[in-house]
Amino acid sequence: MTQTKTSPGGRGTLYKGREGMWSWVGHRITGVGIFFFLLVHVLDTSLVRVSPEAYNAVIGAYKHPIMVLGEIGLVGAIVFHAFNGLRIILVDFWKQGTRYHRQMLWAVLVLWFVTMVGFSVRHLMTFFEGWEGF
Amino acid sequence: MTTTNSDAVLPAQGIEAPRSGRIDPKYLRSNPSAGSFEMVAWVFMRVSGAALVVLIFVHLWVNLMVGDGIHQIDFAFVAGKWSNPVWQFWDLTMLWLAMLHGTNGMRTIINDYAEKDSTRLWLKSILYLAATVIIILGTMVIFTFEACLVNEAGELLEYAPAFCENVTQ
Repeated sequence: MTQTKTSPGGRGTLYKGREGMWSWVGHRITGVGIFFFLLVHVLDTSLVRVSPEAYNAVIGAYKHPIMVLGEIGLVGAIVFHAFNGLRIILVDFWKQGTRYHRQMLWAVLVLWFVTMVGFSVRHLMTFFEGWEGF
Repeated sequence: MTTTNSDAVLPAQGIEAPRSGRIDPKYLRSNPSAGSFEMVAWVFMRVSGAALVVLIFVHLWVNLMVGDGIHQIDFAFVAGKWSNPVWQFWDLTMLWLAMLHGTNGMRTIINDYAEKDSTRLWLKSILYLAATVIIILGTMVIFTFEACLVNEAGELLEYAPAFCENVTQ
């Protein structure tokens, strides 16, 4: 039995480089981003206990065009983290998980793209319908 | 690469296979109690993660995808949702699970990248303090929220949701 350093595909260990590593990098970056948004989001929601005016003023910032694009970015991060998280659960608990982890990442990306097209279209639609200009 | 389990590859008589018996604690990678915490944390990330997919997707759907989307969100919208105990419980569960899930993720990242003991301690102290404050604050906001606010004269504030007019007369 010869031990080679690389797998037949020449890609080294399971998670080094390629899909395994990049999905891990993406999961970390989106996770950190979502965490900091969550801190801010609990704080802005807490303004309902200060006064209706304070809450409406701050939540109004989320209705600015730049923030609407930011929301698409945020939801993009959440949807990737969600779908890739389900993929991680399958890698861990499904018998064939490690064998198909690459294919599952491509499925995650396809589902992410479809979801984001749907979300972006609907979000921009409702935004422009209610937008009163700058 | 098929290796048959022939006698040639079996260990010599009298030598135990690895991990077949008791391992001297000094050769263990971690003590058993720390191991069980990490195991609980690992399971929690998967269980809470699966639950959060449902909780957050519904949250985004109800707040952004139906009705007027982003423009419907104001004080009256929050008041309307939290007048229903289901949404109170929904948001409370989401708050706790997301904060614990996120805090544990940040803990993992700090452990990975902060090499100095004192740096790790400081970063994790700040993390746990922030997480505690946010969880307690969010919980108190959900449970002490008052939708039908009135002024000194006892009249409803203009921001109050429509259903308040039936409640306070």
